[in-house]
Amino acid sequence: MTASTLRPGAPAQPRFEPELARRKLTGTLFYGACLAAIGILLMALLLLLYDVLSRGLPWLDWDFITGVPSRRPANAGLMPALIGSIQIALMVALFTFPTGVAAAIYLTEYAADSRVTRILRTNIANLAGVPSIIYGIFGLALFVRIAGFGFTVLSGALTLTLLILPVVIIASFEALKAVPDAQREGAYALGASRWQMVRGALLPAAAPGIMTGLILAMARAIGEAAPLLLVGASVFVTFVPNPLNGAYTVLPVQVYQWAGRPQEDFQGIAAAAIIVILLLMLFLNALALIVRVRLSRHIQW
Amino acid sequence: MNVVELSDAPPRESSTDRRDPAIHIAVAGDRSGGAEDAEGQTVIELRDLSCFYGTFRAVRDVSISVKKQQITALIGPSGCGKSTLIRTINRMNDLVPNYRIEGTVLLDGQDLFARDVDPVAVRRRVGMVFQKPNPFPKTVWENVAFGPKINGYKGDLNELVERSLRRAALWDDVKDKLKQSGMALSGGQQQRLCIARTIAIEPEVILMDEPCSALDPRSTLQIEQLMAELKRDYTIVIVTHNMQQAARASDTTVFLTMGDDRAGYVVEQGETLEIFTNPKQQLTEDYVSGRFG
Amino acid sequence: MTSAARPMTRQRPASERVIEVLLFLAASVGVLTTIGIVVVLAVQTLEFFLQVSPIEFLTGTYWSASIRPYAWGVLPLISGTLLVAGIALIVAVPLGLLAAVLLAEYASTRQRNAIKPILETLAGIPTIVLGFFAINFVTPNLLKPIFGDAIGTFNALSGGIVVGLLITPLIASISEDSMSAVPRGMREGAYAMGATKFEVVRKVVFPAAISGIMASIILAASRAIGETMAVVLAVGTSPNLTLNPLESTQTMTAFIVQISTGDTPQGSVQFQSLFAVAAVLFTMTLVLNLISNRVVARFRTAY
Repeated sequence: MTASTLRPGAPAQPRFEPELARRKLTGTLFYGACLAAIGILLMALLLLLYDVLSRGLPWLDWDFITGVPSRRPANAGLMPALIGSIQIALMVALFTFPTGVAAAIYLTEYAADSRVTRILRTNIANLAGVPSIIYGIFGLALFVRIAGFGFTVLSGALTLTLLILPVVIIASFEALKAVPDAQREGAYALGASRWQMVRGALLPAAAPGIMTGLILAMARAIGEAAPLLLVGASVFVTFVPNPLNGAYTVLPVQVYQWAGRPQEDFQGIAAAAIIVILLLMLFLNALALIVRVRLSRHIQW
Repeated sequence: MNVVELSDAPPRESSTDRRDPAIHIAVAGDRSGGAEDAEGQTVIELRDLSCFYGTFRAVRDVSISVKKQQITALIGPSGCGKSTLIRTINRMNDLVPNYRIEGTVLLDGQDLFARDVDPVAVRRRVGMVFQKPNPFPKTVWENVAFGPKINGYKGDLNELVERSLRRAALWDDVKDKLKQSGMALSGGQQQRLCIARTIAIEPEVILMDEPCSALDPRSTLQIEQLMAELKRDYTIVIVTHNMQQAARASDTTVFLTMGDDRAGYVVEQGETLEIFTNPKQQLTEDYVSGRFG
Repeated sequence: MTSAARPMTRQRPASERVIEVLLFLAASVGVLTTIGIVVVLAVQTLEFFLQVSPIEFLTGTYWSASIRPYAWGVLPLISGTLLVAGIALIVAVPLGLLAAVLLAEYASTRQRNAIKPILETLAGIPTIVLGFFAINFVTPNLLKPIFGDAIGTFNALSGGIVVGLLITPLIASISEDSMSAVPRGMREGAYAMGATKFEVVRKVVFPAAISGIMASIILAASRAIGETMAVVLAVGTSPNLTLNPLESTQTMTAFIVQISTGDTPQGSVQFQSLFAVAAVLFTMTLVLNLISNRVVARFRTAY
């Protein structure tokens, strides 16, 4: 029954005004905004790369990489920082890998699903959110002073270990959890003890995720400056450091020192150092990918 | 105890019929199963076994005798505790929190749940093949060698791997592919690989929890043929949903069902032929003729 | 290896027990670290408060740690930190949420494979590089042309912008996860009533995912507050209580770096102030992280 039969002469009143065209337009504009957002992020990334490359490439040569810093940019080199970064990276890997994986194994396989376990896990999640500079402060108090290691590479490595440990534990935990229970049962059914199951069946199955997590955490550690500044990474080191005593520096700290100088040339060598850092990170990311593919060649779940 | 001549039995469908000429019938309620018989010695005995997950009783007062070098099938509708029972025999359910039993489980007369018994040691004598094949993401060779290695095998592993794969009827398929991934095999091959790795550690008993339910009919037949050969050396207990399979492949059948308290119990057990053609309980007759399940 | 009549007695070797203990110790490193951090900060802050009144510290509006007369009001540092973090959020929240919606609702697999690496790269850039970008590009090429002389070489805006870039992937990925977790059924109900895609996103998906989205923003704020190297070059070393992003100021994190890399002797009150500031920083980020956890737990709609 239309309105016109109720009130003859009056136009039919539509009860809905969908305004589809306007609404669709709004939707399209929104989609455009989403794309613009990605565009802005991409642009920022490209501009950053452009800035770094254009400033740094002219300075990047073999003399630069193998030389030592100097008061004059033209003579400055990257060697102490490069060696320092490599030393710290190796030590951090050495400390973090067994501890992080062991902790994750405990949390997934040995600990009962109790309050204590949940507290441990929440605690680790919270630690992952603590600013890196706080780890520097803790490292200063614990490793430099109380343990007496002083301002050495050892203190720096231990501090960074604590920093990335939560991340490694979480990544390993997820990797272990992702292994289906059928794998554990298969090992137990063959008469394996718990540790035999973990070592023989579980770890190989979780290895891709664990190693990826570790390598990516290392990439993060190599880029860190703030905690190391607090435990003594010097901003002016002109020799190759001895890991167990004496001054050292790392690539990000070297960048910080050079970038803090007003002269354009110093910005140039800072950019060159940044290029080296970015290449290292690229290398590590590629390594993570290769390792992942290699370790998971048999896995099909 | 009666001894029944097999020649009286109608021809079976299975093409590899290697039955022992003398068969003992274990009648429900008969608890004397022991070592006094020459053939059909009891390997596993469950006495008044009840299984609990926390406060929930999954299985009530089950008494079963499993005879040596026979295939014993556990049949029954879903949820009546068949898997619970076999996972109790090799103490796999120890991994489930709040699991406990009342009653006794004996292997060769030894109480498996005695205080000083190590479940790990139990599982070296009682192997298990699972419903969904679960080979490790390792090479075929490593899959079979895993068990012997962790159990301290001192002999030639290559020889053991080959021998186990032959007995699992898999050697011809994989002899050129030992270094390939065990997970790259087909479903039926994966299950035979799991059987190979189980027999590599020379268990006395092999438990099979619906080993063919994830496989196609052709692979299923291959596994059943394999089982008939394996029972010459091992005692096999198989849980199956597939009645025809139980009728084809097993020597003894135990029929369980769920009671009103949702706990499983044994309705009847006996020689497979009897259970399927001349069951003593009405419930059994109803189940095997497909009236429920 | 025949098993006939082998004894099955418990021979759980001692090595299993030892292994379990070692693994437990590894797992306890986390708890020990937390306790250690709290203890160190508390003890050192208390030592600081022996020389400087807590009231002055928490309510004073002037901070001067290197230049006499010394003043220990921490509010300028806090305001510097919050100013930078606030700018970062203004940048990151719209960019991050738009990116998240794009990934969750609009993007095809190919587009996702192109977009995700952008976000992951942004998240993985060492923060010192972002600081470099701030002083060498953002300030001279972006901000000076716009603001001219009103903006200094050191300013909170450039620091805030690059920190915003840093935390955008955090908001984007957590929010995307939240939105993807909204069940299809909810969306389909709205589509079936004739809603456009944008309306479904705005009225169904977004509200349903709001707890995850809010949690991501809070986490991003916490990250921005704790950020050091991206701001230490760009924002300056002159703490002042201001809301003007064009001015130079100093964040808590930058102050900590300044003191520890300077000539300040350990044990002096200037050096101790470092710990007190760190304690404030730690408390702020901890509170935000805990709130973020709570938000997720409390607002989770049971699907």
